[in-house]
Amino acid sequence: MSATREIISSGNDLAAIAAVDAGCMFFGGYPITPSSEVMHTISDLLPKVGGTAIQMEDEIAGVAAAIGAGMAGVRTLTATSGPGISLKAENLGLAQMAEVPLVVVNVMRGGPSTGLPTRVSQGDVAQAKNPSHGDYKSITVCAGTLAECYTETVRAFNLADRFMQPVFVLLDETLGHMHGKAMLPTVEEVKAGIKPRKKFEGDPADYKPYGVAQDEPAVLNPMFEGYRYHFTGLHHDAMGFPTEEIETCRKLIDRLFKKVDAHRDEIESNEEYMVDDAEILLIGYGSASLAIKEAVNVLREQGIKAGLFRPITLWPSPEERMFELGQKFDKVLVVELNQGQYLEEVQRCMGRRDIEKLTKTNGRPFSPADIIEKVKEL
Amino acid sequence: MAFNYDEYLRTDKMPTLWCWGCGDGVILKSFIRAVDKLGWEKDDICVVSGIGCSGRFSSYVDFNTVHTTHGRTVAFATGIKLANPDKHVVCVAGDGDGLAIGGNHTIHGCRRNIDITLIIIQNFIYGLTNSQTSPTTPRGFWTVSQKVGNIDPTFDGCKLAEAAGASFVARENVTAPKKLEKVLLQAMQHKGFSYVEALSNCHINLGRKNKMQSAMANLDWIDSITLPKKKWDALPEEEKMNHLPTGILKQDTEAPEYCEMYKEVQKAHQGLRGPITPDEFKKKL
Repeated sequence: MSATREIISSGNDLAAIAAVDAGCMFFGGYPITPSSEVMHTISDLLPKVGGTAIQMEDEIAGVAAAIGAGMAGVRTLTATSGPGISLKAENLGLAQMAEVPLVVVNVMRGGPSTGLPTRVSQGDVAQAKNPSHGDYKSITVCAGTLAECYTETVRAFNLADRFMQPVFVLLDETLGHMHGKAMLPTVEEVKAGIKPRKKFEGDPADYKPYGVAQDEPAVLNPMFEGYRYHFTGLHHDAMGFPTEEIETCRKLIDRLFKKVDAHRDEIESNEEYMVDDAEILLIGYGSASLAIKEAVNVLREQGIKAGLFRPITLWPSPEERMFELGQKFDKVLVVELNQGQYLEEVQRCMGRRDIEKLTKTNGRPFSPADIIEKVKEL
Repeated sequence: MAFNYDEYLRTDKMPTLWCWGCGDGVILKSFIRAVDKLGWEKDDICVVSGIGCSGRFSSYVDFNTVHTTHGRTVAFATGIKLANPDKHVVCVAGDGDGLAIGGNHTIHGCRRNIDITLIIIQNFIYGLTNSQTSPTTPRGFWTVSQKVGNIDPTFDGCKLAEAAGASFVARENVTAPKKLEKVLLQAMQHKGFSYVEALSNCHINLGRKNKMQSAMANLDWIDSITLPKKKWDALPEEEKMNHLPTGILKQDTEAPEYCEMYKEVQKAHQGLRGPITPDEFKKKL
């Protein structure tokens, strides 16, 4: 997407604006710091365009209502922070199993438990991979700039409809509450780029919502249009009805993985900043990457060739690219606002354990000085 | 001519998973007859269920159907209804589903008075999972989790629904299927949140260990503890507490319905009217 429109706003507001621009027509949520502004803003925007925003009785109901709207066929959003994801987890599992598209904005704060409600963290990265019990393949994008709070939310809606599952947009307290200038694509460009979910147009007698190719998502027509089928969190057959038939069960879970794995190229998104001639590779994402970039600039002025690899899609992770980079660089430093949740993924992808880490879990963001100091120690 | 249920049933899913003699089938058939009388298009109806024996209800009817997580039926249905205010949304939940794990959603569905019908299949026990205490299990009854007798006080779902703001509240008994059909029809016709408690038997997992080993014995017991509201009203207080009134217990046609109110929110945001003020509501608190 091009960046032609200047807007001054906050990360949380930009996520809400992006949702509506991307055609979202329903929001179900519950107040929680530091994400509440998403609900505040979208509850003004949605009714303007004929949509609905509802504050439900709890986090569980917030996501349930959103999934219900998604089952009915509209683009739908919920927004919360880590404790809210913990509560929503079971229903997110239903959306994975029944293949209901949904965007979940998680504005991360310090945890575990109530943690540090008004302070930043990237502690929900591992949670985003497997928030609910059981086997499925999560898709999680992570905004690293104010503009990406907008563009990644838009992308998340298209990914959700393409792969028919919840898509996480990770923001964090720093980005969510950051107020500043963002260069955005025009609304027209966003609207032109909307790729709605696939619909079956043939004879209802031939319709098999879950009877699809082994590497493709379900094709779920909106309700009330003459294509009646069944949603369930149970293992189900091609029409969505509960079954325990051995091969059907095996194929269903296999497909939940393959529909994502076979199309990683459509999902993966990374930024590489001064990586080509770098001698030391820093890896970071989200708001931490803002400090990392500044550190890279300062280090280069001081003659240290550092570069930044920033995964924007965290799950599925950029396995191939990280492997290549792991072969190329001796010195790799992962910088994140948790105790090394993505470090483990970097180790796995690079196939090596000698990776340095700089972590912080006191609710404060990194300053470039933290990173510069660490790099100089290596 | 006998009523043809097949038009509304997913006949390939028959027989149901419910036990022989289970009252849930009576509720299913009463519901279908009520829908038929309403003349609603099958495509315009969505049936949402939760977890438990009642959870399977949705899979047997040929409407748009959703089998959700345990207790969350009304919350999912709220999203479906708000996204499609012109369609008919019916929830089916058990007493454990709708009054224990899902109690919060039941309360707030009632409070919003959103135009959804919630059928609680009340069989006084967790049937599917083999006889654990439910919020409606009578005290002193055997349950697998309280084998020396249940001490937990019981929950009157209809009183809860009334207090929480449901604008239509009724209770019926599977031994009176015609009355049940009528009440379901009235509930679905009603604009606003309608709560219908359908008392059903579970002779397998309630009756077997509580001296009601047959369906008939269990049904006789239900009959013995229920009375039409008028008769119940005339009971002395000490007897009221051990009987449940049946029939329509509350019907308020004035209470504003949530989807209708939300249309005013949309209008206000679209500049078609001013902000919503306390003066517009008869009941403010």
